Amino acid sequence: MNKLSQEIRSLYSGQTQTIGSLGNVETKYFTFANPPDLFTLESGEKIGPLTLAYETYGTLDEGKTNAVLIPHALSGDAHVAGTHPGEKKPGWWDDMVGPGKGIDTDKYFVVCSNVLGGCKGSTGPCSTNPQTRKPYGLGFPIVTIGDIVEAQRHLIDYLGIEKLLAVVGGSMGGMQVLQWMVGYPDRIRAAVPVATALKHTPQQIAFNAVGRQAVMADPEWKKGNYYTSSVPAKGLAVARMIGHITYMSDASMAEKFGRRTKPEKGSFKFSAEYEVEGYLRYKGDNFVKRFDANSYLYITKAIDCFNILNGHSLDSIFKGLKAKVLVLAFKSDWLYPSHQSQEIVKACKLAGVDASYCELNSTYGHDAFLLETEEQAKLISHFLRPVSNGKHYGGYQA
Amino acid sequence: MILSWINHGASVLDLGCGDGELLSLLIREKQVRAQGIELSEQAIHSCVASGLSVFQEDIDTGLSEYSDGSFDFVILNQTFQQVRKPVFVLKEALRVGRKTIVGFPNFVNASARFQLFFRGKVPVTNALPYEWYDTPNLHFLSIADFRDYCKKRNIQIENSAFFRKNKSVRLLPNLFAEIGLFLLSS
Repeated sequence: MNKLSQEIRSLYSGQTQTIGSLGNVETKYFTFANPPDLFTLESGEKIGPLTLAYETYGTLDEGKTNAVLIPHALSGDAHVAGTHPGEKKPGWWDDMVGPGKGIDTDKYFVVCSNVLGGCKGSTGPCSTNPQTRKPYGLGFPIVTIGDIVEAQRHLIDYLGIEKLLAVVGGSMGGMQVLQWMVGYPDRIRAAVPVATALKHTPQQIAFNAVGRQAVMADPEWKKGNYYTSSVPAKGLAVARMIGHITYMSDASMAEKFGRRTKPEKGSFKFSAEYEVEGYLRYKGDNFVKRFDANSYLYITKAIDCFNILNGHSLDSIFKGLKAKVLVLAFKSDWLYPSHQSQEIVKACKLAGVDASYCELNSTYGHDAFLLETEEQAKLISHFLRPVSNGKHYGGYQA
Repeated sequence: MILSWINHGASVLDLGCGDGELLSLLIREKQVRAQGIELSEQAIHSCVASGLSVFQEDIDTGLSEYSDGSFDFVILNQTFQQVRKPVFVLKEALRVGRKTIVGFPNFVNASARFQLFFRGKVPVTNALPYEWYDTPNLHFLSIADFRDYCKKRNIQIENSAFFRKNKSVRLLPNLFAEIGLFLLSS
């Protein structure tokens, strides 16, 4: 199945470029906010020390002008591209990032860090609370997209990068891009928010809420205190299954599964009969192996709370932003529909920001930002080139 | 000609900018602040590669996101006859631009009249290269029609220029010119 999905992936993306062409990469760790200089969250709560897991590819140039930050989506991690020693599966955006690819590591220094609250090496609910010497669990404070970006900013400072060439990200990664545009407009030269939104809508919150309910309804969850026993695997798997449905489209599911049934018929009346059922179960079970249920709660909560406007008007939110912006959406994405991207575009226009917008053709739904990399890669590489050459034409404010 | 009408450093919005050739030229020659709107994904790729600011949008839905007079110039070059709602699009262009440049093929130039009258066929000319079954043109107008329209709607024609095979036409433009170009203000 793994191989199959790998093949489908490369088939989908139409990429002939070699998978994992960056070769072996390693995850590094950056720890900051050591007591007494704790990290203050948006809620006012203080926490520390914090660790961010991160990876970098390519070479930072002498003037430190070629750094591209790639914030990841809900289930992503710092491992964007290349392979980890002993593993076959490359990073989650390997089609996009690497030598000669859309975000070309021969030209750019790429940085990606696991989000605060995550479970892939950065401090999150499964990390040890220094005060109790036990995992934080629900003792972990609520974090926001603002907090996640603020933590990233510490990493960028640590790497000595004054100004990022670009921040590029899809979905929740796109929210972090928007947060950079608003929070640190002077520290970015370009921004590429992909398949994302200025704020989460009731429908988007609803899907996440059901996912959280599934986790919390699992008796193994035990109010988040499961680190010494078995994990709430069923609940988290169901949450992931719901997520997966929202990432695909009617057309992509019809194409991928049709009404095909599985060859082996289980003895149980309600065992997975159709391929789509088997696929969802496989995705759900697989997710449990690599993701922490509490992290799922915290990160989906951060996404739901996201509202970049936060009381500001649409026309003022990007006022004064000098960075060039490329907004991308996908036609079949019904989870983050294109009208939400157009809202970002509208805000850019109202602020006179040098922006571009393209709605890419794809049938893969929200997943298109990971799968439909060919056109996307072309656009992003075309967009980054003039930025890195220092060309800047747009903006119309008289 | 469009080049000579646009002043240095002006802000320009090109409606239906195609691959951005005109905007790139204006940037190079006049250092304008440029923005394009285009429907075709392929054309957007070219614009983005040239570093242009471009939005994939349908100009028939209007320019409601721009306030009045937010551009020095709005350009409707060879797209005016292709929109579904030319009246609405022109009105929006005049609202958003302090000045508007409209260029369109003259459907009644001598060659077209000849083909229509003597051959009884829908004209195919340099400026109207399409067959009846594949033309993107939705509205068929002449230079005289456009002048009348501007008069009726109190649209100021500040300047005009006419062309045949890229050469300027001064004599009887409605008969001889293939392309009419107008500089308008409301």
